[in-house]
Amino acid sequence: MELSVFIVKAVVILVVFGVTLLIATYSTWAERKVAAFLQDRPGPNRAGIFGLLQPIADAGKMFFKEDFTPRQASKWLFIAGPSLAMLTACMASAVIPFGDTIRVNGAEVTVQAVDVNIGILYVFGVVSLGVYGIMIGGWASNNKFSLLGAIRAASQNISYELAMGLSIIAILMMSGSLSLRTIVEQQHGMAWNIFFQPVGFIIFLTCAFAECNRTPFDLPECETELIGGYHTEYSSMKLGFYLFAEYINMFVSSAIVSVLYFGGYNYPGMDWVRESLIGGLGLDWGHNLATLIGSAVFFGKIFFFIFFFMWVRWTVPRFRYDQLMNLGWKGLIPLAILNVVLTGAGLLAETRLMSWVLVGIVVLVAVIQAAAANRKHAAAGRLSKV
Amino acid sequence: MQLTNRAKKTNKNPMTIAERLYLPALAGGLGTTIKHFFKKKPTIQYPEQKREFSPVFRGLHVLKRDDQGRERCTACGLCAVACPAEAITMIAGEREPGQEHLYREEKYAVEYEVNMLRCIFCGLCEEACPKAAIFLQPDKIAPAFFERDQVIFGKDRLVEKMDDRASVGIEKYTGVKS
Repeated sequence: MELSVFIVKAVVILVVFGVTLLIATYSTWAERKVAAFLQDRPGPNRAGIFGLLQPIADAGKMFFKEDFTPRQASKWLFIAGPSLAMLTACMASAVIPFGDTIRVNGAEVTVQAVDVNIGILYVFGVVSLGVYGIMIGGWASNNKFSLLGAIRAASQNISYELAMGLSIIAILMMSGSLSLRTIVEQQHGMAWNIFFQPVGFIIFLTCAFAECNRTPFDLPECETELIGGYHTEYSSMKLGFYLFAEYINMFVSSAIVSVLYFGGYNYPGMDWVRESLIGGLGLDWGHNLATLIGSAVFFGKIFFFIFFFMWVRWTVPRFRYDQLMNLGWKGLIPLAILNVVLTGAGLLAETRLMSWVLVGIVVLVAVIQAAAANRKHAAAGRLSKV
Repeated sequence: MQLTNRAKKTNKNPMTIAERLYLPALAGGLGTTIKHFFKKKPTIQYPEQKREFSPVFRGLHVLKRDDQGRERCTACGLCAVACPAEAITMIAGEREPGQEHLYREEKYAVEYEVNMLRCIFCGLCEEACPKAAIFLQPDKIAPAFFERDQVIFGKDRLVEKMDDRASVGIEKYTGVKS
């Protein structure tokens, strides 16, 4: 590998890692700000302008708090829990294509840490490992509430991974590749997968909420039932790492949703922008600038989904555990299978819009039934007046 | 039997498919919360901003002086009688010759104490006072105290300072300054 290419690649990897951590850091600030705004409050505004130094203040506070290990806890596993959660959370962003390519000395370097041909499988593997952090931490605490929280997290993640995987299969059938870069490239311009896979998108998004342990599926840390759930016994920066890992996971989930369904760094009119930039600035700089704009668009999509995660968190109340399991096993998995079958049938008939048939039927049935129920209700109202 | 017409009939119909889908309701909820996102925040940034007092606010007591700087209180004790919390005590004394510039009447309060733990800030002392001497200030909050011995406010803390006159006075009732 040429030296300049190597340097650019190293810079890309470092930037991806740094940006992941930075965005996760400021997600904690954004979470509090969004929560406040949705509740008619101004939110943190004392540390720096708009409270922008709040994450640093929080981290400083976390570091200086007493780092407590329960006497009966398994000491090494107790430390391994948050470490593992953090490690797996940071690993997943390696395969996300953050942009097109950068041209240096005629060579093209992808704006992506590694482009593996099984990208989405890698993400799934790492995300599945993430539950070990929670499970080990909860179990090593030697506290029944922690253990219950950890068990909830494990069973929830396993249940929702099924539906998540099935919803992706429909995408993979259309793209024919597991590489995230290939999947993004196939959504060139405005040919985003959301227009062909609306059902898959809803299933995937729901499962992403469950995988991140975000509201409405944050049962592992359900205060009313489990005190703090799996991190009941954790304090100081170990607790900080657990919470921070959640925000990294949220960033990764938002990025994956954008890549799979919203075209990653693609945006309408990107070809025209690239041509005119190359025309104005020459081949190398024009191309690199176009890549930069694409990356900015990608981050815009990611930020929207991070905001959406928070928006939903402060809107929807938490599910009950049986509702969670019912939704996962009886709702989403059959729906995902149906979606896979319909997409396959659509591909045989050489149309990619088959998923809309499902949406259409559901909407039609719902509207008809609602109208019928309304009429019945009105009739009953007339009777009772007589 | 129906006692009031306020009872609302609950809808116990089985949920329609649209309701069981959860998504329309979810979208409605998201719409409600996002409306609040853009609303003006009612928060008052306390140390920098302060809420305006109501014009009838009853705050810290003040023992007024008249325009020549003489204490108006004549220690008649009507305020102590009117006080429902029995927070006011006083010791009356006779004005000596040569003290006419200090006390307006021939009799004055040698000591005048308000127990701030007992006081309920009802303002009845102000209404009872025939000399327009005691007022509850509309712009001053009684300060917090942390020890029992700080609870009883004597004349040193209650009598109006000459260089820092209270904003309330007899004009509250007469409309003319005394």
